[in-house]
Order: sequence, then C-alpha cells, then structure tokens
Amino acid sequence: MSDENTTAGGQPIEDTLIEAREAQRQQLATDGRWVRLIDHFKREWQIYAMLLPTIIWFLVFLYKPMYGLQIAFKDYSIFRGVAGSPWIGWEHFETLFSNDQFIRAVRNTITISFYNLLFGFPAPIILALMFNEVMHATYKRTAQTIVYLPHFISSVIIAGIVITAFSPTAGIINTFVSWLGFDPIYFLTQPQWFRPIFVGTGIWQEAGFGSIVFLAAIAGVNPSLYESAVVDGANRWQMMWKITIPSILPTILIMLIIRIGNVMEVSFELVILLYQPSTYETADVVNTWVYRQGLQSGQYDLAAAAGLFNAVVAFVLVMAANTLSRRYSRTSLW
Amino acid sequence: MINWNLYSRGDKFFAIVVSVMIGMFTVATLYPFIYIAAVSFSSGFAAQAGKVVITPIDATVEAYGYILKDPQFWTSYRNTFIYTIGGTIMSLVFIIPCAYALSRPQLKGRRYFNLFIAFTMWFNAGLIPFFLNMRDLGLLDSMFGIILGFAVNAFNIILLRNFFESIPQSFEEAARMDGANDFQVLWKVFVPLSKPAIATITLFCIVSRWNGFFWAMVLLQSEEKIPLQVFLRHTIANLSDDDEFAILQTAAGFSADTVTAAIIVCSIIPVLMVYPFIQKYFEKGILLGGVKE
Repeated sequence: MSDENTTAGGQPIEDTLIEAREAQRQQLATDGRWVRLIDHFKREWQIYAMLLPTIIWFLVFLYKPMYGLQIAFKDYSIFRGVAGSPWIGWEHFETLFSNDQFIRAVRNTITISFYNLLFGFPAPIILALMFNEVMHATYKRTAQTIVYLPHFISSVIIAGIVITAFSPTAGIINTFVSWLGFDPIYFLTQPQWFRPIFVGTGIWQEAGFGSIVFLAAIAGVNPSLYESAVVDGANRWQMMWKITIPSILPTILIMLIIRIGNVMEVSFELVILLYQPSTYETADVVNTWVYRQGLQSGQYDLAAAAGLFNAVVAFVLVMAANTLSRRYSRTSLW
Repeated sequence: MINWNLYSRGDKFFAIVVSVMIGMFTVATLYPFIYIAAVSFSSGFAAQAGKVVITPIDATVEAYGYILKDPQFWTSYRNTFIYTIGGTIMSLVFIIPCAYALSRPQLKGRRYFNLFIAFTMWFNAGLIPFFLNMRDLGLLDSMFGIILGFAVNAFNIILLRNFFESIPQSFEEAARMDGANDFQVLWKVFVPLSKPAIATITLFCIVSRWNGFFWAMVLLQSEEKIPLQVFLRHTIANLSDDDEFAILQTAAGFSADTVTAAIIVCSIIPVLMVYPFIQKYFEKGILLGGVKE
C-alpha cells in the first residue's frame, strides 16, 4: 500500500483537494460578491447620495426623539440629559394612572373621537351622495369649490371665527339666541357646550374636503349598472341605495378603519385654541394634558410617559386597522 | 351629461330637494366668512352690541387702520412668507431626490428604507421628546429650526414615490441612451413628467406652512420671529384683557372683535387668491397618496 494517496491525518488526498478547491471557489464567490457590491455602489452611488440626506433627517428629527422617549422611565433632569438621568422604572406610569386629570383626558379623547366618528364620519359620505344627485354642472362645481375651502384655513382662524361667533356680547349665535327670547349664553365657558361646538366645527371644516374620496369612488361605479336599473324602471332614490352605496362600500370601510386607527389623534391644536380651564372637564384630551404638564409646567418625564402611552395605543390601533383592512378588502393602507 | 328626459317627476323632485340641501350647506360653509368680513368693517360699538348679521353696521375701516399700523403685524406677515417659501423649497429639496431613489428597483435594501420612512407615520415619539430634541439641537427660537425641523414627512415621500413608480421605463431608457446619469434622469425626465404630483406636494407644503401654528408657538420666543398665526393667536388672547387697548378702543371706532376679524380677513386673503389655481391639483392629489394595492 502506498502512502501517497493519504495525508498525515489519514484522509484521502482527493478529498483534501476537493475541499481546498471548494474553499477556493467559495472564496472567489465571496470576493465576487464584494466586487459586485463595490461595482454596484460605484455605478449607482448617485441614488444613495439622493437618499442619504432624507435618511439623516429622519434619524435626527424623528428617530432621535424615539431614543429620547426613555425619559418616560427615568427621573429626567435637564442638567443630566437623557442618557445621564437615573432609571426609575414604571413610576411615571403609576403616577399617571392614579392621576384623575390624566384618566379624564384619556376618557375625553375617546369620547370626542366617538362623537367625531358618529357625526363626522357619515357627513362627507352623505355630502358626496348628494353631490352625485345634483344635475346642474356649474352649480355643483361652485358648491364643491366653496365646501372644500375651510379645509385650507388654519385652526387659529377657525378658532378665531368660532370665538367671535359664539362671543356672549358680539357673537351672531347669541344674537339668534336673543331673537328666540333666551338670555345670552357664554358658550365657550360652559363644559356641556364644548363637545357639540368642537365636533360641529370639525364637520363644518372637513366634511366638504372629505367628500372628495367618496366622489371619486362614486365616479368609479360601472355606468352599465345604472343603465340597466333605468331599464328596470328604478328611480334615483332606489339607485342610490341599491347601486351607489353598495358600490362604494369598500371605500367607506377603508375610511372607517382609518378613522378608528386615529381614535387617539383628536386635533389637539383646535382644542388648545378653544378650551379654557372652565371647560377642561369635557375638553382636555391626552395631548393637551401633555402640552400643559410638559411644555408649560416642565414635567417632561411624566408628560413623555403620557405621550408614550398615547403613541403605543395609537400604534396598536393603526396596526389592527391595517390588518382588518387587508382581510376585508384585500387592500392595505401601505 | 345626464338626460333630463330619463327622469320621472319623482326623480326631478328628488334632484331639486338635494340641490336645495347642497345649497344650504354651501351657504352655511360660506356664512362664517361673510360674517367675519362684516364684523371687520363694522364699528366697534355695533359689533359689541351684536348688531352685525350679514352686512357691516356703521361701516368703518378703523380696525384695519389699527392693525396695519402695528409693526408686529407686518413682521409676522413677512415671517409667514419666509417660513412658507423657505420651508416649501426645503421640503422639495429633500423629498424629490429621496422619492426618486426609493422608486429605483436597483436600490439595495429598498424594502427596509421604505419601512424606515413609513414607520414614522404609525409611531411618533410625541410632543415632549421632539421638543427636547429640538432644544438639544440648539434649534429653539430659530427660524432655520422651523424651516428644517418640519421639512420632511413620510406621506409626501410615499405619494411622490408611487407616482415615480408609475412612470413607464421607456421614458427613462431614451435618456440613458444619451448617457444621462441619475441626477439628469430625475431632473430632465421624472420631474417634468411628474408635474401634477409635485404640484400636489408643493400645495400640501404651502398650506401646512402657511397655517402652521402649534410648533411655532412652542419653539419661538422672539416676537420678531413669530409667524402670522401666532400673532393672530396672541391678539385674540390678549386684546380683551388689555387695559391700554380698552381705553384706546372707546376713543376709536373698533373693538377686540373687529380687530380680530380684520386680522382674520388679512390672513385669509392670500389663501383665497391662490385657492382657484390650486383647486384642480388637490382633488387628484389626495387620491394619489391614498390606498396602495
């Protein structure tokens, strides 16, 4: 027996050679991958250069605050900074959930959102269905132009209009109230009036603009459905219920799901502009509470904890909404 | 067009009822603006007495005289223009190249970059961490901070990326044959083809900048840096408690309400002037950014 075909380890020499060749091949392949990757970046560096500024922007302005969220679990002091402040665990959350004002803010957020959903959600759908029945093209066009307008007006102006119109002495609303023989009401100081005014303002501002989505859905309904309905002698009312509404149901469903996903996002800018201490009991929402505790009173850590609670609930709702949307309409929001 | 002859009498009646209801809603939308304009041109006394309903009572321009003489009004008006123009340009400089890069199939890690950007739509750190971050960056009371800190949002990037993805490849290939690089393809092919989408984003940026209030109020302290919306808010909040103003207004023909109304009119006018031009874009625009299959 010759020893030529075995190595010191006792392996057949062919195996060793095969292994070596295999290793070399892999090495080449790896090198090849690197070479190709370098080639890729040499050739395509421009698109990465275009992407980079925005990625950095997101890191600096949106992701770095997420790192800063850890102060919700810390005894934050301005002098020690985010990283240097000591951890205190769930203490802020315990404080929050034993704080009546915070609990009230959570309850108000959900209640106002519920009213927004109940009255604010159907409004643009009804408006779109009505626009669909208007025959005169110029009339329809003009009306649409006008009802879209308030969407583009800032919340400060909207609040300014509301404050002026509901003012106890000068306001038009109280002029009507006194015409009807009642004493003037100082609406904006009375808790029971805040929600109707807030939700009503929202409808006034957004119903028109919100109808665009539903009008687009109505425009996409197959015309032959209406033609055959006419042949069958259906009237417009029946066509609306039997054709238009069922056809736009997927759009209605998606918009409803988006709204449910945004339950925690009451437009707090308008709340800040319209509420006052005497209406806090019905008006104060989580974000306005965060604003007062954090930015006005400087309790950054506690306010950040409340904000984190809000953001996590909102995140869960949005994710659930998207899953639902994907399941029922085979379209997802992203 | 719809043929009237196809309509029965009941249908015509239905159409008329609906048209009247639409008319009522339209008037209800418009009325507050007319009312505010009427208040702004009324005498302070008439406004205080609640006499103004639809037309100015004791017509006067005293309220406008009062605010137009206030140098702070002009400063904040100028600032709003700076924030709107500067901020919109800043947004486009970030958004357009980024959307182009994300629309390229050859971009490695494209899925992750998309997720990185879209995630910020579903989760944000909230007011306090954002504020502390701006403070740590030294961007409190900084006009540049306002312009840069709110330049980008995920929704606009996704809207434009979707539009870029829908542009057929053949347009790009012709430019590639001529040896164009990515910057040239973006500038000479994609941007001209995407005018409606870019117009929509520009519109969204302009509107949000013009109306921006909350963060300007929180981040800016100096009076010479505040935008019109913050000035308006200060005016509404302060005028009625301002003793000096109370003495002034009894002598002159205006009141807190008429001055507030006059500032509202002044800040709406630019919006009304551009509104007819932008209207054709936003109807298409909001559908572009919407649901993705």
